[in-house]
Amino acid sequence: MDQFIQLTVDGLTLGSVYALIALGYTLVYGVLKLLNFAHGDVFMVGTFAGFGVLQALGGPATPKVPIWLVITLVTLAAMAVCAALGVVIERFAYRPLRDAPRIAPLISALGVSFFLANSMQLLFGATPRNYDLFQYHGGSLYLRGLHIGGVTVPLLRIITIVAAFVLMVILWFLVNKTRTGKAMRATSFDREAAAMMGIDIDRVIVFTFILGSALAGAAGVMFSLRVPTNVSIGFIAGLKGFIAAVIGGIGSIPGAMAGGLILGFLESYIQGYVHGAHIPDGTQWSDLYVFSVLIALMLFRHQGLFGRPDIRKV
Amino acid sequence: MSDSTPHGFHSTGAEGPAIGQDEWVARHADVRFLPARFAVVERRLRGVPWWAWLTLFVAVFCLFPIVEPSGYVRQVAFQTVLYMLLALGLNVVVGWGGLLDLGYVAFYGIGAYAYALLDSPHYGIHLPTLVSVPLIVLIGALAGLVLGLPSWRLTGDYLAIVTLFFLQLFQTVTTNWQNVTGGPFGILNIDPFGLPGGHKLQPEHGGVFAVSYLYVALAFFVVVFVALRLLNNSRTGRAWRSLREDPLAAEAMGMPVNWLKLLAFSCGAAVAALTGSMYAALFGNVFPLSFYFVTLITVYTMVILGGSGNQAGVVLGALIISPLLEVLRDADKSRVLFFVALVGGLVVLGRRNRRIAVVAGATLVFGFVLHAIARMIDGRWVAGHPGAGSFARFVEHWVIAPEQPARWIAPAAYVGVIGAALLCTVLRGIVRDVALVPTIYLGAFVWENVMLAKPEPARYIVLGVILIVLMVIRPNGLLGERRVEIV
Repeated sequence: MDQFIQLTVDGLTLGSVYALIALGYTLVYGVLKLLNFAHGDVFMVGTFAGFGVLQALGGPATPKVPIWLVITLVTLAAMAVCAALGVVIERFAYRPLRDAPRIAPLISALGVSFFLANSMQLLFGATPRNYDLFQYHGGSLYLRGLHIGGVTVPLLRIITIVAAFVLMVILWFLVNKTRTGKAMRATSFDREAAAMMGIDIDRVIVFTFILGSALAGAAGVMFSLRVPTNVSIGFIAGLKGFIAAVIGGIGSIPGAMAGGLILGFLESYIQGYVHGAHIPDGTQWSDLYVFSVLIALMLFRHQGLFGRPDIRKV
Repeated sequence: MSDSTPHGFHSTGAEGPAIGQDEWVARHADVRFLPARFAVVERRLRGVPWWAWLTLFVAVFCLFPIVEPSGYVRQVAFQTVLYMLLALGLNVVVGWGGLLDLGYVAFYGIGAYAYALLDSPHYGIHLPTLVSVPLIVLIGALAGLVLGLPSWRLTGDYLAIVTLFFLQLFQTVTTNWQNVTGGPFGILNIDPFGLPGGHKLQPEHGGVFAVSYLYVALAFFVVVFVALRLLNNSRTGRAWRSLREDPLAAEAMGMPVNWLKLLAFSCGAAVAALTGSMYAALFGNVFPLSFYFVTLITVYTMVILGGSGNQAGVVLGALIISPLLEVLRDADKSRVLFFVALVGGLVVLGRRNRRIAVVAGATLVFGFVLHAIARMIDGRWVAGHPGAGSFARFVEHWVIAPEQPARWIAPAAYVGVIGAALLCTVLRGIVRDVALVPTIYLGAFVWENVMLAKPEPARYIVLGVILIVLMVIRPNGLLGERRVEIV
């Protein structure tokens, strides 16, 4: 039972990170019908931006400001950097290709992803960066927390999960209750018709990239609060986020949230219960199961749980 | 499709479209790379049959090792032939079939691992090459059929991602299934190719790369090139093109769309597997990471640069990119390359805009002045040593090279130059020309101080930039036909 609780909490944390990444995919896909391969690398840049700010604030052991402010500033900085990056990528790598054959922006996105990962390696090297927040105050963020059964759920995990849900609620509000959100939904429904109704498509797309990339930045910080980051996590994180988006049905916002959580639980339980799924040296068979499930899901229900099957009109 | 002709390409639509070609398509497709005054030369060159080009090309390539006895250069030539083969295979799937296959290098890996398991002490199996290579091609083709199956139900992005999952699966399996694949440590001591008489083709001859592998690879290249060429000119090739242009219409016309997709996947995979077996036989070892994202992007860049869908084009792409990646390994050579590319770029731009000459001159002066100022303020700013050679000495007097730059300089300059370059693409007229001067200088500074120090990420960055820039300004590559989506 203790193990189950432990795994559930792990899954919930992991899942909320995946959900945030998946939201970025889903938002962009919904509006542009573009699979943004570079999204995982934007996430990776976010983890590094957060790390930079953490160091600038004096490092985890000796922060110059209270810890809650450290976490807030780190998250906000990562979100801002990622949002700016997303806007630049959209403007220069995707916008010129908006009317090109669909294969063109995909390849351009591959190029962006490769470029970002290698640029970060050029500038910051391949050494992992550890946020090490458990150093703070004699490890109070890790040792204190909620007691459920025999398990202590660390404060940091709770903060992560709560923050992720707050962000998702804000997103839900933005998309469903504001004018810009309405424009986004209209654009996603039919871009040309939306343009004819006087919606500024370029603005909507830029806004979408800002939202999606900022969420990736937040996800980056939350991810790095669990495990150290390095320049090559973008690829796998991007794949996982995409999987989460597909599970829920790409283009659907609640779908991405649910998909992220499902993927998080799935991965956590597989690692915990399937014999030999997790080998301590970092090699993970669990990926094998996850990817196999995914290929099957893509084949038999690629519209996911919440998506609608796309009907091709001729 | 935006209907503005890209700058610098002259449109000559005087002769009208060919029979059976849509007028609108023809207007967009007829974007020429060479200026109009070369039209006669171009037409003459087009008149030469493809097999004559192929013979000439192979002959030059065969003579090459005789002129250049260096083992390193021979090995680069061999790798280039491997890349040419890979590009030919990928061209079948992406260029002809129009299917975005991101799992392509997994087949390359499957070929290499299959050869490694069939001809090495790992299991003690030593099949004769004449048995194992056809077997591997067959295995590759079958694997291609299996991966092709998802294309029955999925298209576009979904197919791309499923094939990418497949690559990831291959990677996970080869890394983790240690009993069979040796895990991250790979399989070592793989046999070289053997001739029927029991003679082994040793990869090295007296410590120098043996030329025999280059010839074996070239022979395979010719066979694959001709076979695919004939295939493309057959019913099947025409059917593939119809599939690429509009799968729905093709299906409506009675094409067996699903089988065509499988055939494209399978042909590509067979070529990749064949190439993989050559890779394993020559290098004698296989590791999982040799068949991953980096290789995938490299092959994609070749296909896109040359012109996806055009066989000669993708071969040209491989011929450019593969040596380029080698040159970028070496600091001295890649410094020269940077300035050659810079001057070349300015000349191309200058054909359109005479002010570019002024920009180039201004940049030169700007550099010397800035260098002098920096030396006056602090000698350490220019104390870096760029390397040997007269060219390096020129650069030493022009580019600021701090001895031990502060840690923030590299990221700031790098981000700065990207920002400046992107800004230059937005600006117009005289403002752009003025902005170009510091941008070029900053580019040289970054190349000298940041990129040259770390060739490994730097050369992949170049690859990524090529890919993005190509997609934006010339998605059809050097020789490819411009594709027009009719909506």
